[in-house]
Amino acid sequence: MRYKLVWENIRFRPVRTLLSMLLIAVPVMLILTLVGLSNGFFEDSERRAQGIGADILFRPPGTSILGSFSGAPLPGKFIAVLAQQPHVVATTGVAMQLIGGTWESVTGIDPQSFTRLSGPFVFLSGHGLERPDDMMLDQDYARQRNVRVGDKIKVLNREWDVAGIVEPGKLAHLFVLLSVLDDLIGAPPGNVSQIYIKLDNPNNTKLVMEQLKTRFPGYPTYDMKELASYYQVSNVPLLKGFIDAVLGMGVVFGFFVVALSMYMAVLQRTREIGIMKSLGASNGFVIGLILLEALGLGLGGTLLGIAFSFGTRWIMHILMPASLPQAIVFSWWPIAGAVAMVAAILGAVYPGMIAVRQDPIEALAYE
Amino acid sequence: MSSLAKAVTNAPIIRVRGLRKIYHTGKVDVEALRGVDLDVPAGEFLSIVGPSGSGKSTLFHIIGGLTPPTSGEVIVAGRNVSAVGDAGRTELRRKYVSFVFQKFNLLPNLSARDNILTALFISGLSSDRFDPAFREIIDLLGISNRLDHKPSELSGGEQQRVAIARALATKPTILLADEPTGNLDSANSLAVLEILRGLNERLKQTILMITHNIDAAAFGHRTMHMRDGRIVEEPQAE
Repeated sequence: MRYKLVWENIRFRPVRTLLSMLLIAVPVMLILTLVGLSNGFFEDSERRAQGIGADILFRPPGTSILGSFSGAPLPGKFIAVLAQQPHVVATTGVAMQLIGGTWESVTGIDPQSFTRLSGPFVFLSGHGLERPDDMMLDQDYARQRNVRVGDKIKVLNREWDVAGIVEPGKLAHLFVLLSVLDDLIGAPPGNVSQIYIKLDNPNNTKLVMEQLKTRFPGYPTYDMKELASYYQVSNVPLLKGFIDAVLGMGVVFGFFVVALSMYMAVLQRTREIGIMKSLGASNGFVIGLILLEALGLGLGGTLLGIAFSFGTRWIMHILMPASLPQAIVFSWWPIAGAVAMVAAILGAVYPGMIAVRQDPIEALAYE
Repeated sequence: MSSLAKAVTNAPIIRVRGLRKIYHTGKVDVEALRGVDLDVPAGEFLSIVGPSGSGKSTLFHIIGGLTPPTSGEVIVAGRNVSAVGDAGRTELRRKYVSFVFQKFNLLPNLSARDNILTALFISGLSSDRFDPAFREIIDLLGISNRLDHKPSELSGGEQQRVAIARALATKPTILLADEPTGNLDSANSLAVLEILRGLNERLKQTILMITHNIDAAAFGHRTMHMRDGRIVEEPQAE
């Protein structure tokens, strides 16, 4: 009967119920979208890095895999030196430079060594990098910027010719010639941000990494098969703090939203609470009903928020498929739900206390 | 024999002595009851009549445990209402008294059946179905075929009958009716009053009814008059 009372009450005022659920759904959606974006970014970055087909990543001293997205401090001679190491069959160096906004970057490649290591690009239209002003885009970025082969595109304060559009998934969204990018960012000719190494047999990866550590102490190397363990939100201290802050805001926002919603609900039901008290309902009974209703609204709001996070993913995919890849992170559903539930319960306690303190006579006279 | 019938006795089921109630409204104190004495034997149908502001509703609310007295003694079904706190008054409402209000006060989101079952549930009684004895009361009230309707789908008379059914479902020691015909037309008023008298005669249900209508009050065994917070012997000329 208790659940029926709660259910009938939720059902009786569908507009208020829907509005309350919508308000609870907003912080749930924000949390899931934010987590989805950060995870999506790393998943996308990992997928594209894996797409190059290398076995080992070689970086300059003092850098980490997630710590540097700009500059080309590694002298190009390393590419040739690394290529002569045992079991190494191909190497290619790339330079990267952030271009603002989100973590978008343009990547400078040497087309010959890049293709030798990674295989040819799959062109959807146009051709490869031939002239200094040529830029290649992957399909996602071309769609995001709404450009086609032959169009001009302004990146790094320079106009580029869109020379080719390729299938996504191979290291970067934007490609230019390495020599041009080095010149543009003021790096010595041939310098790179990092070097990709392909081996004769992937089973030799650990062996070659040990050899490289011995030969080039201080130069970090990464097993490309283990990229997933590097591409984690927890590996970026500022990002983790940011997400925690947004989570906290979600709880606080959810708390006030639910509190306001429940306060209005209690006001609307003043007379009904008076009726129940006249029937002998105890304070615990009344507050129990209010908390159960808050839990119901919290659950409904959570489900709605989860549904909305699919909506935001769809919008991101339509508007910014390259810059804002949003993942659906199932493991965060219960976390976001718990946030909503805690906020709902905390938010309902105060109006619940007001409800049980109401004088039954005044409550019965409420119009 | 029902528990209600067993309860019929000459000992007062309601005993009030020196009852005073002062409402503090802003800077003004309003003395609603100024020393009321009252005895109601079990099984009696007592009508209390008086104009607005006479204090009859306040008396009703104190006897029903909806508000505490300022001073005086109120014994209801053997419980000293004036000496208990909010929890004690809640228990009184849950176990010993039931209300029938002028405005029916049914829960609008529930069907008539669920309104009655809610009262049973709150009282800690079985809320799965009505027992056969209570089904007879439902038949007597003439609402058997209206139980699945919500209050908004019922006429005023039907709503008041459902309210009476809800009040009786918990087998209260005392039924308190506050202007039960105040929102009804004359035909429905007559029907409700006859139902109350019938319940009193058939079940020996103690009923305390407040009304400003002398004709309605005549359905009780006895009529008491209130004016200016006191019980008076005869109604004064207007």
